[in-house]
Amino acid sequence: MKSHYTESKGLHLNYEIILNNIKAGSKVLDLGCGSGELLRMLREKKQIRGRGVEINESNVIKCIEKGVSVVQGNIDEGLKEYQDKSYDYVILSKTLQCTHKPDYVIHEMLRVGKKVVISFPNFAYWRVRFHLFFKGTMPKSKILPFEWYDTPNIHLLTIKDFRGFCADRNIVIEKEIFTTRALIRDNLFNKIFSNFLTEEVIFVVSK
Amino acid sequence: MDTTQKINISEDSVGIVETKYYTYPDKIKLESGVEFGPITIAYETYGTLNAACDNVILLEHALTGDAHAAGIHSADDKKSGWWDSMVGPNKAFDTNKYFIVCSNILGGCMGTTGPSSINPDTGKPYALDFPVVTVEDMVKVQKILIDHLGITGLLSVAGGSMGGMQAMEWVIHYPEFVKSTIVIASTSKLSAQGIAFNAVGRTAIISDPNWNNGNYYNGESPANGLAIARMIGHITYLSEESMHKKFGRKLQDKTTPDYNFDVDFQVESYLQHQGQSFVDRFDANSYLYITKAMDYYDLPTKYGSLALAFRKNKAKFLVISFSSDWLFPPEQSKDIVKALMNTDKDVAYCAIESNCGHDAFLLEKDHQTRIIKSFLKDAFKDK
Repeated sequence: MKSHYTESKGLHLNYEIILNNIKAGSKVLDLGCGSGELLRMLREKKQIRGRGVEINESNVIKCIEKGVSVVQGNIDEGLKEYQDKSYDYVILSKTLQCTHKPDYVIHEMLRVGKKVVISFPNFAYWRVRFHLFFKGTMPKSKILPFEWYDTPNIHLLTIKDFRGFCADRNIVIEKEIFTTRALIRDNLFNKIFSNFLTEEVIFVVSK
Repeated sequence: MDTTQKINISEDSVGIVETKYYTYPDKIKLESGVEFGPITIAYETYGTLNAACDNVILLEHALTGDAHAAGIHSADDKKSGWWDSMVGPNKAFDTNKYFIVCSNILGGCMGTTGPSSINPDTGKPYALDFPVVTVEDMVKVQKILIDHLGITGLLSVAGGSMGGMQAMEWVIHYPEFVKSTIVIASTSKLSAQGIAFNAVGRTAIISDPNWNNGNYYNGESPANGLAIARMIGHITYLSEESMHKKFGRKLQDKTTPDYNFDVDFQVESYLQHQGQSFVDRFDANSYLYITKAMDYYDLPTKYGSLALAFRKNKAKFLVISFSSDWLFPPEQSKDIVKALMNTDKDVAYCAIESNCGHDAFLLEKDHQTRIIKSFLKDAFKDK
């Protein structure tokens, strides 16, 4: 899936956080891997064995240029080719809200991966709420830059939504990392009011 | 090799090239168990072998191809090699960087020993005395050539369709020898549909009275049968959409149909032309032998499973498929990718959107150039 994210600082932070949460030498599958940058970083800094799935041809070519093992495909079609628990980590960075069947995609990720790393923009972030409340139009921001009619973000969700989703399906949340304006927010206040104060969240989950 | 004649040769052409021959004097043991030899191998090379001998790419041709992958044979040669769009200075297979080798397959009729070659024991063409050969046998013969050329390793083995089949046999048989492979519009086993079309083609040839059990080299060749085989084959290389775009229901040189059984439609005329021009350059017996080799190709059965087939593989794989290819559909490429993934092998897979059908591997120049260039660049760098 083509990454819609343009803010490079935020993107970099996202990669750094993911990097810090992946064990060295592990086997990683990155869904919607874009130009393969995260996999390249993981390979160089964490010596992982990685593979990416990407739908966009020019991104696939960029991956090939980097020597990143990449398979062109649509993650909405599932991960049929992949065996159960064959990866230590399956990553879905900033793409969940773009999938057509997020529940199916998460189910497949949990089947294939021992651990699943998912990041997404939090639609309950106060600026988003205020935008809708005061302006009365679909919220737009740096990380949600699209108009309602051309946005790839068709399944927007909140931190609370995701927690509920996991609770209903006995998915274990191992870690939650809250970021706002390209900084990790890990003080108590931010944790208690995470659904209100977090712009973007990274979950590590397993089943 | 470096011919520097400047006669209307475009800058991105390898220019005037020459087919060379090497005759292996001994016999080799074929997959069928039969000992066969001597074998002459027709081949061409482009570019320059570097001192480290690590820039060699072997190209594998498809069913009706030959050793002449790029360039022209003389200044007034109107037809360039079969993959000229991809092989040359700064092209996908960049002859400024790589040393490219392409040879005609065993059983062919373009210089390498095949059923139309003279049997040294009888002084006559082998015809059906030529043994049935397999894709593995073709690859073994290529290895003999590569050794003869003093090449100690291959940067890549690349081919489309049956060329891809050969490329896979290469990495399976010589895992230490091949660093990367490019498998385009190919399959790990020919489908029932593929066998069916081949069978119809062969039946057309065998049913031609001129075929005469393969002994036609002194008389009329089974041209009608071979032309029909080619016409059937050609339909499978196109797609419904590409045929519609190219011909539609347009009539050939007329505005109203003739209401008889002559050629009415452009598509008919086109197929007839394809059939006729093929007869001039191809041997009917070779067509029988090579299609049979394709039919027998079945890596999963031969090695227990596809994953087992690739067990010893160390080569990086690039697999390319085309959306409208119904002869070697993308699903069959995905099977290859899946087997490689599930055994932790290095593989990149590109699914190119194209309406050109199976022939896309010869036609989709831009997409393939970008992909293959990137892949080779990485493979060459990562020594």
